[in-house]
Amino acid sequence: MNVLDEIVKDQLRSDIPDLAPGDTVKVAAKVVEGNRERIQVFEGTVLRLTGGGITRSVTVRRIASGVGVERTFKVNSPRIDRIEVVRHGVARRAKLYFLRKRVGKAATLRERRTS
Amino acid sequence: MSIGLIGRKVGMTQIFQDDGTMIPVSVLAIEPNTVTRLRTPDRDGYAAVQLGVEPSRKLTKPEAGQLRDLPKVAVIREFRVEDPAAYAVGQTLDVSLFAAGDLIDVTGTSKGKGFAGTVKRHNFRRGPKTHGSDHHREPGSIGPGTTPGRVYRGSRMAGHMGDERVTVKKLRVVRADADRNLLLVRGSIPGAPNALVLVKKA
Repeated sequence: MNVLDEIVKDQLRSDIPDLAPGDTVKVAAKVVEGNRERIQVFEGTVLRLTGGGITRSVTVRRIASGVGVERTFKVNSPRIDRIEVVRHGVARRAKLYFLRKRVGKAATLRERRTS
Repeated sequence: MSIGLIGRKVGMTQIFQDDGTMIPVSVLAIEPNTVTRLRTPDRDGYAAVQLGVEPSRKLTKPEAGQLRDLPKVAVIREFRVEDPAAYAVGQTLDVSLFAAGDLIDVTGTSKGKGFAGTVKRHNFRRGPKTHGSDHHREPGSIGPGTTPGRVYRGSRMAGHMGDERVTVKKLRVVRADADRNLLLVRGSIPGAPNALVLVKKA
């Protein structure tokens, strides 16, 4: 095994489900407010996945009070409590940047049926 | 003026810290170094410790003769120290010399860039790319005219870049793993993977 992979091996998380562009996910991240720590859930569509191994990150997009909000999370970060896939969407490309120009129903993806 | 170690660059990766932030780290492989010789002011005119690493069977007889019954090491470097008497010939030093949080200086040979223009080599500004310009990556003026009638020495121009000795100072040690002979340092260090590096206390 490669030395660099070995160093980060114990930081890789195995409890994260497989993510794909177009999926609707709930990301529960730990946020610190003052001296209190709580878990904040961010739900939206997976816009893109980048990086491999320890650097893997996921960008999630949602419409919050009429404004598009995108947040990027490091998938293996200890600040992530859990990631949940709510729904699989049909996406024919890896980066769904076209969703940024769409509003309302046009910004939704068909559901991918998995049996 | 402090003891250091000889190692090789493995590459870079990222790790999460306890507070959840991610930092870039360079990984160095530092096999235990053997003290091969002590330099004293009386005999040599300066005080240093000579270290060797990487056993090899391909030493010439003169090289092997210098080492006598010590391990046949291929790479030998010296570190200036205040008091060489604190070390003994044959002794081995490993990464436990450093601990997480220490500041170190890392010396290596930077990646060669070949014959590079002034834009890459000296961060000159380039000219316009379009609008009839043919002054794309030219150096511009290199000095006055008839007086003095020559170009001042030391003017920055195109030429060979990289492949030179570079020292990066005050890097923070993230982890020193004596079991696997690895040293993790925050930030980047000179050279390509597998390049020889010298690590010294800052």
